[in-house]
Amino acid sequence: MDDQIRLRVTRYRPDKDREPTWQDYDVPLREEWTVLDALNHVKSDIDTTLAFRWSCRMGICGSCGMNVEGEPRLTCATFLSDYAPGPVRVEPLGNFPVARDLVVDIEDFMEKLPRVKPWIIRDEEQPVDDGEYLQTPEELDAYKQFSMCINCMLCYAACPVYGLDPDFVGPAAIALAERYDLDSRDQGARERLDVLIEHEGVYGCTFVGECTRVCPKHVDPAGAIQRYKLKAAQQSVKAFLLPRALR
Amino acid sequence: MTTPRMRFSVYPFIWLAFSGGGVLAAIFLPMLVFLFALAFPLGWIEPPTYDHIAAVVGHPLTFLVLLAVFPVILIHAAHRFRYTLYDGLQVKHKGLVALLCYGGALAGSFATLVFLGNALTS
Amino acid sequence: MSDLSYRRPISVWWWTRKRTYFLFVMRELSSLFIAWLVLYLLLLIRAVDRGPAAYADFLDRAASPWLVVLNVVAFGFVLLHTVTWFSLTPQAMVVSVRGRRVPGAAIIAGQYAGLVVVSAIVYWLVTR
Repeated sequence: MDDQIRLRVTRYRPDKDREPTWQDYDVPLREEWTVLDALNHVKSDIDTTLAFRWSCRMGICGSCGMNVEGEPRLTCATFLSDYAPGPVRVEPLGNFPVARDLVVDIEDFMEKLPRVKPWIIRDEEQPVDDGEYLQTPEELDAYKQFSMCINCMLCYAACPVYGLDPDFVGPAAIALAERYDLDSRDQGARERLDVLIEHEGVYGCTFVGECTRVCPKHVDPAGAIQRYKLKAAQQSVKAFLLPRALR
Repeated sequence: MTTPRMRFSVYPFIWLAFSGGGVLAAIFLPMLVFLFALAFPLGWIEPPTYDHIAAVVGHPLTFLVLLAVFPVILIHAAHRFRYTLYDGLQVKHKGLVALLCYGGALAGSFATLVFLGNALTS
Repeated sequence: MSDLSYRRPISVWWWTRKRTYFLFVMRELSSLFIAWLVLYLLLLIRAVDRGPAAYADFLDRAASPWLVVLNVVAFGFVLLHTVTWFSLTPQAMVVSVRGRRVPGAAIIAGQYAGLVVVSAIVYWLVTR
């Protein structure tokens, strides 16, 4: 293919610009190229000042999330030829502050994730001599889907609630909380519930469902959130009706 | 080891009312609206005689069912509309919106009680 | 270190830019029409309270053109609510019977069955 395709890329230089601008780059339209390949071509051959994040280029590290033609996508998993004849708009990942060019400030997510305690919580650790915690295939299946999250934050970019109210804990964090709640080895559901039962927790979600649609790993965070709402509601009703039983 | 008391939050209960109302709206409203807002006024189906409709509306079972169904549907609608205003129109006066929405639902619930009650006693 | 990052504003028309967002807002807007229809039914009950003349008068007024337009639109939104509510339930709830997960299609079918039963009862009660 001897064709070219135009990338229309966001540029933002915080020391010079008051707001982001566009810059066009014409790149080869190679059949097997992804948008990430095109960006790397720009950086190596056309304009070394373009800044963007990437790492594994195979859809597992979660670094290269950007808005391509307005859609949150992993640029390593998005084929350039799908947008022929172009131009292809490449913008920083939506709903996050733009630090520079295509790089966003992800501090908000980094702060929220540990809040839901995404690790195995035990009342008491099993002694090492007793060996590993055993788990059946059925027990693994209960949470496996939610463990597929690669923290790429495409779901946050897709979520209008997060866009309008950055206090919202957000899809990935809740899906990960659910992943641990459903893990048979975990005993920390109550601790996570206290964090997520609030308005900025699960009940801020209005089930738009866009997070599930953009997730590259088919985690279904929207499903996790609705299930969590029901679970929290059941717990609340129980606590309300029989407070002493929980003591 | 005693588990500490679970933190109380009102949101799960609001959500339960919202969800319940959504289910009730989904199953009760289609036929009710089709009959009373379309079929009867437009004459597609012969409207019930006054005696018959008064008997149905005045029945104690109708009283109980609609008294449970209508207010919950109103809470569902109020809750959802409140978020439509926040997210869709980005209305910032959150307290006022909440007051108007849930207040409206409350007013509607009282009206339900009064109108159904009147039908019962007459 | 001052924060020089740029926060992109969200347009009030954000929901018109993507079909799924638009459908979402329409689904949420159904709440307004549902509230109206409950009010309409309450006004009908009040008319019945007031006697045969009020009831007949209510049905006449309900046939006036603008009200019919409103109610047709509102009915459309009720159907949108029902269809979207039923289709979202399987995603929101995991139902297991005897250890096996009930497929989503069965949950949806069950809800429609419930709708049919309730509708049949209402129809029979009102028109017999």
